[in-house]
Amino acid sequence: MTTASPRKPRSTLRPADRIFAGSTIVAGSLILAALAAVAVFLIAQSIPALVVDPAELKGSPSSFWAYVGPLVFGTVWAAFLALVMALPISIGIALFISHYAPRRIAQGLGYIIDLLAAVPSVVFGLWGIKVLAPAVTPLYGWLVDNLGWLPFFAGDVSGTGRTILTVAIVLAVMIIPIITAVTREVFLQTPRLHEEAALALGATRWEMIQMAVIPFGRPGMISAAMLGLGRALGETMVVAMVLSPALVVNFVLTSSQNPATIAGNIALNFPEAHGVDVNALIATGMVLFIITLVINSIARVVINRRKAFSGAN
Amino acid sequence: MSASAQTTGIVNSLTTGRLPKWATWAILGGSWAIMGVVFTLIAAASDSEFNIAAALFLGTILFIVLIFVFALLVEGIRQAKDRLVTALVVSAFLIALIPLISLLFTVVSNGVPRFDPDFFSQSMRNIVGEGGGALHAIMGTLLITGAAALISVPVGLLTAIYLVEYGKGALARAITFFVDVMTGIPSIVAGLFAFAFFALILDDPGIRFGFGGSIALSLLMIPVVVRSSEEMLKLVPNELREASYALGVPKWLTILKIVIPTSLAGITTGITLAIARVIGETAPLLIISGFTASMNYDLFNDRMMSLPVFVYTQYANPGSDVQPYLDRAWAGALTLILIVMLLNLIARMIARIFSPKLGR
Repeated sequence: MTTASPRKPRSTLRPADRIFAGSTIVAGSLILAALAAVAVFLIAQSIPALVVDPAELKGSPSSFWAYVGPLVFGTVWAAFLALVMALPISIGIALFISHYAPRRIAQGLGYIIDLLAAVPSVVFGLWGIKVLAPAVTPLYGWLVDNLGWLPFFAGDVSGTGRTILTVAIVLAVMIIPIITAVTREVFLQTPRLHEEAALALGATRWEMIQMAVIPFGRPGMISAAMLGLGRALGETMVVAMVLSPALVVNFVLTSSQNPATIAGNIALNFPEAHGVDVNALIATGMVLFIITLVINSIARVVINRRKAFSGAN
Repeated sequence: MSASAQTTGIVNSLTTGRLPKWATWAILGGSWAIMGVVFTLIAAASDSEFNIAAALFLGTILFIVLIFVFALLVEGIRQAKDRLVTALVVSAFLIALIPLISLLFTVVSNGVPRFDPDFFSQSMRNIVGEGGGALHAIMGTLLITGAAALISVPVGLLTAIYLVEYGKGALARAITFFVDVMTGIPSIVAGLFAFAFFALILDDPGIRFGFGGSIALSLLMIPVVVRSSEEMLKLVPNELREASYALGVPKWLTILKIVIPTSLAGITTGITLAIARVIGETAPLLIISGFTASMNYDLFNDRMMSLPVFVYTQYANPGSDVQPYLDRAWAGALTLILIVMLLNLIARMIARIFSPKLGR
């Protein structure tokens, strides 16, 4: 304040005001402290696994990174497969709810998709192993018999259906509601005048969507995909229950030798682990944390940049 | 599309024919009928069962192809593309319904046999084979989630108040960013953190107890509470705050007596949804709370069972006779889904009934 007025009216700061404001600041700082603590304690518990003689680790790998490498591959591969399946379907659902369904029932249909998000992951795991895996086994047999020349379906078919493709299908079902929710919001924000202008020029509904909705919603679609990917990377129980894992790196979708994922590996081995194996598992968790952190940060940056010029906020 | 508009051969949709309204349904029914006949013949020829899923699936694909071809012949390429996309978009929605319906159906039909009074009145202590229940797991879930809510609600709500009412500058920006980051923490990493933290602090490398699970869950719950409360507090009109200041009410009382009551319905909805989100978490509790067959009311001592972990262990570690364990797992899954659905329903009802009527 550089005005010349000698007295600026100020509210008196009562003790209660200070206490209340102070407690909100403490709460906010507590969140930052908690996140810092997550990083510090995970690092502290990871170090023993990084410095120990790798021969003492489970499976005696040549180094810690040889141990975590196949797990990273499995994690990324399963999440990528899930995303490839979920993204087109989610965008289709979002378009259906925002632009195709009758206005009156559109919100109700949105709730139905949100129901999928409410199902706990352990129930998805149970469903995946008891319902989905037996149901897709004959399909896998057919794929291997007829498309076996593709590298994805090479080798012997799994007799139980507990393959990485089954896991990816369940993961896709789990991330569909997330991707749908974000893309639906973005599609609904499309300026009405753009849509009406396209329709007034004689465009069909698809041409209107191509010209007005998709270009407007592209950043939102990208970040929604990244958020879904982040969720699929960290999903634990489905992988732990459905996959029959092995420490391998391959792209085969239908064999019984599947690359394990970080989260699934932790859930399967942690209850019985002791000594430095616990530290090794925490270190793999640390790697997972970093991967999801990077993916989510990129998604957030894309969303926030999008907010700046949409004028929606 | 813009490229075809520039060429001279553009089709004027006003001069082309139109498929009659019933054509879509007729083609759909026809496609299913054709595939039904084909698969009946295959079933008869190879002496196998009639595969209704494959018939419906291939019939739908045939429909998508046929509707495109018919529209192309009668209405021209632009309308044909439009109809193709409409068919694809609708089938995307229907595809997503298949797992939902299948999941709800299997959970209900498999869960009902053991969804009996015993299930809610007994623990698994000294039970091998049939019988037993999930009382210890339900109790543990309520205690762990309750403690997590007791931690997350004050912290999350106060942080949201700070961000909306007080926060400016670097600290507020940092909190906003890191709350976003926290929403992306995989649940198993939250569990590992709680384990790493308490194993170091209490110097017990095999530590398992209920309160650690509460810490892990609150790590997942706080960002959800902050986000939703922040949105709700922002909706309170500034005129209400200014009217209160004009009457000489201090800021903290304005927040407590004006801002929070106005947004209470929305905040309660957000908290209920946050609880619904964490109550089904399995992985962190598997790591830090462990599993047991006995009742345990003490959050700070010994392993504590929770409902999601109960479902997992019943499935993963069955006895020699698998069926009773699977039945209990499905009954646990049914209970879990019912709890989550109930919480969601309560949240929506609170939002609908108690939301303030703001003039817009």
